[in-house]
Amino acid sequence: MTFNKSLLIPLGVFALLVVFLALGFRLQNPHLLPSVLIDKPFPEFELEDLRQPDQLRTLADLSGEVSLVNVWATWCPNCLIEHPELLRISRETDLPLYGVNYNDDNGKALDWLARHENPYEFSIVDDKGTLAIDLGVYGAPETFVLDASGVIRFRHVGPVTPEVWQETILPVVEHLQGMSDG
Amino acid sequence: MIPEFGHFSLILALGLSVALAVLPALGVYRRDSLLMQTGPSIATGLFVLLAFSFGCLMYSFIQDDFSVAYVANNSNSALPLQYKISAVWGAHEGSFLLWTLIASGWTLAVAAFSRGLTFDMKARVLSVLGILCAGFASFLLFTSNPFDRNLPFYPADGGDLNPLLQDFGLIVHPPMLYMGYVGFAVPFALAIATLTTGRLDAAWARWSRPWTNAAWAFLTVGITLGSWWAYYELGWGGWWFWDAVENASFMPWLMGIALIHSLAASEKRGVFKSWTVLLAISTFSLSLLGAFLVRSGVLTSVHAFAVDPTRGVYILVFLVLVIGGSLTLYAWKASGIQSEAQFEWNSREAMLLINNLLLVVATASVLLGTLYPLLYEVITDGKKISVGPPYFNRVFVPIVCLLFVAMAVSPFSRWRRTSGDVLLRQHWPFLLATPVVICLVTYLVATGIDLIAIGVETLAVWILVLLARHWWQAGSISSASQLGMMLAHAGIAVAILGVVVTITYSEGRDVRMNPGESIALAGYDFTFEGVQKVRGPNYLADQAEFNVTRDGEFVAKLRPEKRFYSVAQNVMTEADMEPGLMRDVYVALGEKVGDTAWAVRVHVKPFVRWIWLGGLLVALGGFVTLLDKRYRRVRGLVSNNVVGTAA
Amino acid sequence: MVRILLVILLGTSFNCFAAIDAYPFPDEQLQQRYDGLIAELRCPQCLNTNLAGSDAMIAQDLRREVHRMLLDGHTDDEILTFMYERYGDFILYRPRLGAGTLVLWLGPLLLLMFAGFVWFRLARAKPEVHEINTEDQARLDELLRDSDP
Repeated sequence: MTFNKSLLIPLGVFALLVVFLALGFRLQNPHLLPSVLIDKPFPEFELEDLRQPDQLRTLADLSGEVSLVNVWATWCPNCLIEHPELLRISRETDLPLYGVNYNDDNGKALDWLARHENPYEFSIVDDKGTLAIDLGVYGAPETFVLDASGVIRFRHVGPVTPEVWQETILPVVEHLQGMSDG
Repeated sequence: MIPEFGHFSLILALGLSVALAVLPALGVYRRDSLLMQTGPSIATGLFVLLAFSFGCLMYSFIQDDFSVAYVANNSNSALPLQYKISAVWGAHEGSFLLWTLIASGWTLAVAAFSRGLTFDMKARVLSVLGILCAGFASFLLFTSNPFDRNLPFYPADGGDLNPLLQDFGLIVHPPMLYMGYVGFAVPFALAIATLTTGRLDAAWARWSRPWTNAAWAFLTVGITLGSWWAYYELGWGGWWFWDAVENASFMPWLMGIALIHSLAASEKRGVFKSWTVLLAISTFSLSLLGAFLVRSGVLTSVHAFAVDPTRGVYILVFLVLVIGGSLTLYAWKASGIQSEAQFEWNSREAMLLINNLLLVVATASVLLGTLYPLLYEVITDGKKISVGPPYFNRVFVPIVCLLFVAMAVSPFSRWRRTSGDVLLRQHWPFLLATPVVICLVTYLVATGIDLIAIGVETLAVWILVLLARHWWQAGSISSASQLGMMLAHAGIAVAILGVVVTITYSEGRDVRMNPGESIALAGYDFTFEGVQKVRGPNYLADQAEFNVTRDGEFVAKLRPEKRFYSVAQNVMTEADMEPGLMRDVYVALGEKVGDTAWAVRVHVKPFVRWIWLGGLLVALGGFVTLLDKRYRRVRGLVSNNVVGTAA
Repeated sequence: MVRILLVILLGTSFNCFAAIDAYPFPDEQLQQRYDGLIAELRCPQCLNTNLAGSDAMIAQDLRREVHRMLLDGHTDDEILTFMYERYGDFILYRPRLGAGTLVLWLGPLLLLMFAGFVWFRLARAKPEVHEINTEDQARLDELLRDSDP
């Protein structure tokens, strides 16, 4: 009886399949989408400032140093959850924090900021969600880290908790600040 | 107490399944006839225990026992009774208990209805089935116990069944699917048992055929019901999305077709025997893979059960042991099996070979598309890609059209060789007339000529016409097997017609309507009468009323709803439709726009019911083949090739 | 970690089911292109639904964008590229043909060709021809006429 090696092919294919399925367990949460704008410049925009409606904000207002851009809204429960941490970041670090008020109502947004305090240098009114789409945003809250020349270097989806800040965002910020200083 | 009884019964069932795995096999090894014959009694006990366990779970649901975590998560006191019962299999743990119960059911059936098998073969087969049952039962007990209590703090009321599942579809679709998935374990077990004997003969194929046909017919019903359920439940008029979970059921179905045909060739002509064994292993492996994909959280889908990596790992290990083990056994033992008779290119064997090859390519393509996002993400370390209906349609449809051509001509093929150009000489008028007639009908009735649609419709009608011609020529149907084949092939053709016509000629519109306004679509007039509030057993709804007429004559009153389920805090769109053989008229209600207007979706879908009627016809064909008299005769001699006792 | 995931999940929209907006188009062709595009684009937030079938906020916004771009005169390709630039391969249900998807698109074709090759090898193999007399041939034909499947 000769052993026909081609009979091992099904087993081989199966083994390969198992390897991939096993590796599949280490994958990220299926709800999280990686950003395709990493290392790309922040999109151009021309939108109203939330507190000073007659003033228009553009990309130039965001450049110059390493900064954070936070997409938030009054209808978003997680935004309230991350708010204390954002306040702390704005108080304790000199990192500029800019807000994008996403698909919201100006009146409600101003009320919200008055009630919960305002951590942002300024907030941009994105009531149609066009800037959010240009950013590849699919839900709130989302937080972007920009380097000094206005290029997106990192995106975090979901609330910024102290752990998230400490373990994922701060290292990126420090790395970028080190680069722009040196 | 009842949940504890159920739990205990499950533990005993695990014990019995291990006994079933070991004792008959021991009997084979020791040539101890008494041990070999323990199989049927153990199988009976196993089934009884699992049925009792399942009954205990069902009882807990009916009695609203929310101290059982699974009941609390999936039921509610306000849930109508029929949904409390079907909620038993509404989520992972309970549905897998049903799966295991069905596995023991098939095992018992094999024990009871296999008079044609030798004691030796029967013992081997039951032993393999016992191993599978043991695996399923241990998975349940160690990772997915439906009887876990959430004492001492249990909720006063449950979280309610997902409103999407509060439907007739849930009552029938999963049980039929599982009957199919698990049923393929029988040809699998037969294949493994045969490999262990080292002797592959036509008897194996004959034993496997009725079991395979039955399992496949159940799976056909399950898939058909699933498609129908998605259509009327999901509110956007679609009936197949190539979703990972749908593909998980479609792949074993496709492979099952190949297996059915290959078994026929192996039984009748002794060809492809080794290949058929591989098919039997692969079909059941795809069932197991399907279970893995759905329950492990590795793939993204609306239908998938809740994510739990522990379970995923357990199933993967089970897959490695069962599939890896059987493929290793195959590589080792199948070497010595030579079969092949010889046949010509237009013979029935050649047709069946086309069938098998095309189906394997189709299945592999679906598998590739389904797994590709996962592969891509692993290889690129995190980048995500989507593979959806555009890919599957582009790849699957041409392959399957080739298959339809083969299907149309196959009734005329003969074993070993078909004489001359039988097909063309005798039937060319019908073949030629078909596309012409279709073009004519399309021109008169439809809105435009679509060549691809005409092409596919032609193939489908050829299948039907040539079946009819074949019947006419033969004068009578010689056996239940043949009748079953004809019904199944006809059913496929009917389903194809439904698919192609509905995809090409459906019309739909999303519009904003105020009460009193009317819209015309495909010859029908839809008049929006207004919206009122309606209360259901566990929901509150906005119900719209539509008057549908055609040329002034009344067709239907449709009442689509937007339901708000108070417990789950979920909003559901409940479309309403007027079903018909030639077309469905369909309305779904969207959001309120402004003060009085509503967003409304209106559809006219011709021939859509043909898809599911075709599916049911196919299943009927599969079941009819079981009535064939050769399965009912008790054979004195077991088979021609087996001489002496177990080797 | 689990808590964070829960929080993320709770924060995302549940309304990933049938969505109906009424976007008017001046002609039938644009309407059909719209229907095709929103069927081919995936909702970034839902678990495997297209833009046509989702009620999520981002899906509504993206449908509005598709509508706007069609009215502005963009081609289907431009619209799909627009989405791709912002959301990546994930948002396209029809995978782009590229280095990363060669196996995906060519695989089935290669398999089909291989299957054809196998069929030709097996079915075209010249069977051995033995001479038999006409009586035996007649009996053989009779037996082979059995058309049971």
